Amino acid sequence: MSLTTKRNAVWKSLVVGVLVYVGALAMPQPAHAEYADVVINNYADAAGMRPAVFPHWFHRIRFRCKVCHADLGFKFKAGGNKITMAKIIEGKFCGACHNGEVAWSVENCAMCHSGIPGTPTHFHGSTVQRLIAPAYKPLSADKTKVQNTSGTQKKK
Amino acid sequence: MRMKVTIFSFALAALMSAGVQAQDVAGGGSFAQGEIIQLAAAGVSSANTFNRNLKKQKVHNPPPPEDGIHDPENEATYTLQPPKEAFTGLPKTDFGNRVDWVKAIDQGALKPRWDRVDPNEEPFVMDLDIVRPVKASVPDVVFPHRQHTEWLFCSNCHPAIFIPQKGANQINMSAILLGQKCGVCHGKVSFPITTKTCKKCHSKPKPADWKPPLSEASVKNPWK
Repeated sequence: MSLTTKRNAVWKSLVVGVLVYVGALAMPQPAHAEYADVVINNYADAAGMRPAVFPHWFHRIRFRCKVCHADLGFKFKAGGNKITMAKIIEGKFCGACHNGEVAWSVENCAMCHSGIPGTPTHFHGSTVQRLIAPAYKPLSADKTKVQNTSGTQKKK
Repeated sequence: MRMKVTIFSFALAALMSAGVQAQDVAGGGSFAQGEIIQLAAAGVSSANTFNRNLKKQKVHNPPPPEDGIHDPENEATYTLQPPKEAFTGLPKTDFGNRVDWVKAIDQGALKPRWDRVDPNEEPFVMDLDIVRPVKASVPDVVFPHRQHTEWLFCSNCHPAIFIPQKGANQINMSAILLGQKCGVCHGKVSFPITTKTCKKCHSKPKPADWKPPLSEASVKNPWK
């Protein structure tokens, strides 16, 4: 092997290495959302809305678990309650408080519907999610393939 | 020489990709398709993210626009309260969302409502500790009803999750980690299962004369 090809090889591998290094640095960092934030995307994406984000911490400062999970009938399952805006307006689920009396009412669409579009329904930071279905980054359509191979499922 | 450099660049790539989780690789915005595939191949397989790669989160309680699930392009995201602001003055821990919620109620730093509208309704607190002997050599589990009934009502757990009868509930750590039994809440909203939290449940030391139980096989056919 001549000296020039050797040098070429050296340069090539160096350039690849540096590219990968820089590329890795430029990658977005994993999501750091609050432990126990719930993203609910049963119907939102299909309806052209951002998914709803429920902050557990904000509500538990004000209410004990019992209020929602015993009195209002919320199941202990992300996306398991099949909440629709119609039910909320009727005063069920979130609508029991988010009616302009106990808390602000449904006109404030974007306060709940504030998730990054395409984020699947999940429990943020939960052990189950970290063990089985790792956190994902919401992606544009062409990158969804790569996302799906990493074990994340989009549940409808 | 060539070998060395190739190994060097591979090591470099591996080093960097180890710091990047698989999903980030997928999220790389400005890269050509080829590079993404190459990085994905060098990246960490999602199947192997248990333990070794359950990395410590460096940023805690970030404000909504920076937390990765709220859309920064949504104007209302900026009107949401940042968690840190709400957590000032609450007792701290090293796990979950870094707030000791039970302590917060005990100390009176928090007084969440027990009723949707009536701020004066008091919780129905039951002070009963359940000791669950554990087969392994780890300390036995003490389940305190008091801390749980401060937050929850009986019907939240009984009888759907736990049958209220001694010996009727088979519980193991794998089930909990997979979101069953205690894991319905622990690991999701209440304190998570980490090496820092083992002792919160496994809190009663084994009696001095404790010996590991014999397996069924050795009971049937003891070697002597």
